Amino acid sequence: MSTEAVEPASKIDLAAVGGGGGEIPQFDITLRVRRYNPEVSEEAEWEDFTLTMFGTDRVLDALHKVKWEHDGSLSFRRSCAHGICGSDAMRINGRNRLACKTLLKDLDTSKPITVEAIKGLPVEKDLIVDMEPFFQSYREIMPFLVSKGHEPSGERYQSPEDRERYDDTTKCILCAACTSSCPVFWTDGQYFGPAAIVNAHRFIFDSRDDAGDMRLEILNDKEGVWRCRTTFNCTEACPRGIQVTKAIAEVKQAVLARSM
Amino acid sequence: MQVHKYDVVIVGAGGAGMRAAIESGQRAHTAVLTKLYPTRSHTGAAQGGMCAALANVEEDNWEWHTFDTIKGGDYLVDQDAAEIMAKEAIDAVLDLEKMGLPFNRTPEGKIDQRRFGGHTRDHGKAPVRRACYAADRTGHMILQTLYQNCVKHNVEFYNEYYALDLLTVEEEATREDGSTYLQKRVAGVVSYDLATGELHVFQAKSVVFASGGAGKVFKTTSNAHTLTGDGMGIAFRRGIPLEDMEFVQFHPTGLAGLGILLSEAARGEGGILRNSEGERFMERYAPTIKDLAPRDIVARSMANEVREGRGCGPDKDYVLLDLTHLEPAHIDAKLPDITEFARTYLGVEPYTEPVPVFPTAHYVMGGVPTNIQGEVHQDNDHTIPGLYAAGEVACVSVHGSNRLGTNSLLDINVFGKRAGTYAAEYAKTADFVDLPENPLVETQALLDNVRQADGTERIAAIRKDLQDTMDANMQVFRTGDTIKKAVKDIEGLRERYANISIQDKGKRFNLDLLEAVELGFLLDLAEVMSVSALGREESRGGHFREDFPDRDDERFMKHSMVYKDETAEMQGIKGLRFDTKPVTFTRYQPMERKY
Ligand SMILES: Cc1cc2nc3c(=O)[nH]c(=O)nc-3n(C[C@H](O)[C@H](O)[C@H](O)COP(=O)(O)OP(=O)(O)OC[C@H]3O[C@@H](n4cnc5c(N)ncnc54)[C@H](O)[C@@H]3O)c2cc1C
Ligand code: SF4
Ligand code: FES
Repeated sequence: MSTEAVEPASKIDLAAVGGGGGEIPQFDITLRVRRYNPEVSEEAEWEDFTLTMFGTDRVLDALHKVKWEHDGSLSFRRSCAHGICGSDAMRINGRNRLACKTLLKDLDTSKPITVEAIKGLPVEKDLIVDMEPFFQSYREIMPFLVSKGHEPSGERYQSPEDRERYDDTTKCILCAACTSSCPVFWTDGQYFGPAAIVNAHRFIFDSRDDAGDMRLEILNDKEGVWRCRTTFNCTEACPRGIQVTKAIAEVKQAVLARSM
Repeated sequence: MQVHKYDVVIVGAGGAGMRAAIESGQRAHTAVLTKLYPTRSHTGAAQGGMCAALANVEEDNWEWHTFDTIKGGDYLVDQDAAEIMAKEAIDAVLDLEKMGLPFNRTPEGKIDQRRFGGHTRDHGKAPVRRACYAADRTGHMILQTLYQNCVKHNVEFYNEYYALDLLTVEEEATREDGSTYLQKRVAGVVSYDLATGELHVFQAKSVVFASGGAGKVFKTTSNAHTLTGDGMGIAFRRGIPLEDMEFVQFHPTGLAGLGILLSEAARGEGGILRNSEGERFMERYAPTIKDLAPRDIVARSMANEVREGRGCGPDKDYVLLDLTHLEPAHIDAKLPDITEFARTYLGVEPYTEPVPVFPTAHYVMGGVPTNIQGEVHQDNDHTIPGLYAAGEVACVSVHGSNRLGTNSLLDINVFGKRAGTYAAEYAKTADFVDLPENPLVETQALLDNVRQADGTERIAAIRKDLQDTMDANMQVFRTGDTIKKAVKDIEGLRERYANISIQDKGKRFNLDLLEAVELGFLLDLAEVMSVSALGREESRGGHFREDFPDRDDERFMKHSMVYKDETAEMQGIKGLRFDTKPVTFTRYQPMERKY
């Protein structure tokens, strides 16, 4: 696969290529956060914070500014801060996104920016939800490689084409942005939801796996793939750019092909 | 008080913790405590690859890999450990493939391999393709694959449980010569449940620390917010030494101003560094392997370009990573995530524009000292039965004074597996150690102190000042004076830390409280790093002293060991005791490190 790169020039004229970085603009925003803490009150309410932020700042930076400088009790999950750990999916201006990947300058800063917990999972405190039901569905689709027969003693091969077949769905970071944007999931928490189907897809289309039939059987359930109404919310929400709806459609086709 | 009993308790669910859990869980009753959901661990951020001398695309063997690791670590590597790692690397990669890891493949379907800094054929002759990878998301694939296999094996996780203390007892023991000493034994772990604020005691025959690194000591870092060195801090407070903490790796290519990493794979795939004159300056610093020199050398070269006025941008404070001569299709196939980071966070299009980069704190080479079974040392002569450590928290030491790229994903797999196996085997034969009478007193006191504190200082302000001083004084260039400045600043920050208050006084998901506790660990570790750095009057690997620019094998070919000890003093700092440990040599004699 690797192609040998051309030997680059020892010196180039930088003016010809440019190269990022310039003045960073500064602006004020109102961050409107849905607060909830059952230790204090059973009612959730909106709270506004006015903050001075920079053009390179993300929603996560605004949340940190609140927590670190204004109100330490504001609670949210985060870790990597660059869209790879899946901790901070939340509803930002009504859309599911990762706070660490959403630049403030890309939002309309003339209006308050609303931030609330993702929908369909029980809210624990402020932006923190109970992720257990989400991971439960994930675990049910057998999210691991099952290969029958003898393990190869040396290296097992897979062609680049076979590897490419399931590439898209290996990118999932289990952030729940898709599942919690799905109207079917909002009304029926039993539905497996897009993320579980994405992770089933990752194994069903892996040429090394032998348990595709069992997964298709699981997803042929009444709470399985057939509940999907193809609203595309999930695909729009996915911060990894996974074609979620397409993956679900491919799983549906596989279920049909199997029963024929 | 809630008490749980397990044969083995693993603290941390990153690559090292889950690799250990897969082994241990099949042999003994095992629980994993993790402050993050397993898939949130920072192993998932690793990009470039995991090396093993598979020789799938060109000639290679594990002996060359051993040599590169030792030379890369500037000979402070324990050579027996490096040899084990390089040898077991091949199975470690094949194990992951069997577990389902989707590696990139060669046209014949073999695991593909690419170049990475410091990995060479035949003892430095030319770069070699040794890094197995999955695009630029190798760590993500490792983390997901290990988690998938934990689900498969029904590993028991306690998610969002913070370990805050290690329970040990001390017994009088006799040496061969008849003299006596205090032998530590492990009894369990104290853990804080984030959701409820309750403390739990986990009694265990074996405990494995796999809690990751401590990059948040610095401001500019590729590390997650949660990498606060808790495991190192907990061990240190319990009298366990920390080894080689002066050695921190600064990765050359963090996004300027942000620290977000752009993998070395970018250079492995042909990317190069340029200064404000458009010059490929690595040709001057490392004529043979140029941009693929080890990280410490590249990072210092970059910082030097900036210091000498050849930095780019309005403040001339970064250099450029140039990918523009690569085919866009090649970039998309091999480096999709990191080029996306450049677009998202800096608004730069890597197809056509060079990307602003500057060194970012990346990896802590030092840590909790262990032997090759992962067993933790209580001092140079004795290990602690039942206590293990693996991954970035540990120091075995395979990385010495500078880790080679792709050797950490390897380390967590090889030594995670070893620690998990040995911990379970030990638990099969050992008895539980009785818990101390009041296992929670210390932790309760620690938390009460923070919760009830009504001072005027904010956690975030102290943390920011700590990170600022560490960036300014303890980064790629150090001198006695800058280090002393850091030490003095840390002392001042400790005083301020005694005068904090937090706002969240509740029990549910009180991250305000935990950030305060984490800051306590960061302060301890920053101090140990700085004081160790002050003592090491030489330059080696990641530790570069401008006042002592040469490696000094006579005085310093040895590991630093720092103990917490109220009766001692080190570099004028009370409460720390300094010792050294010999480096293990097998067959490689120190040579000058040139590339
Ligand atoms: C951006 C980036 C890219 C990298 N790329 C590469 C690469 O290409 N190749 C390579 O070899 N290396 C790479 N590295 C280094 C490598 O990824 C890490 O060193 C390695 O993944 C560390 O694994 P770990 O299991 O030790 O720790 P982590 O994966 O950080 O896991 C730590 C675990 O400990 C838990 N924990 C921490 N504190 C506590 C506590 N108090 N109580 C309970 N649980 C706790 C956390 O929840 C987490 O589960 C990279 C590092 C970074 C930051
Ligand atoms: S498919 Fe996308 S949105 Fe859904 S959990 Fe995975 S990464 Fe998140
Ligand atoms: S903090 Fe990790 S994805 Fe946002």
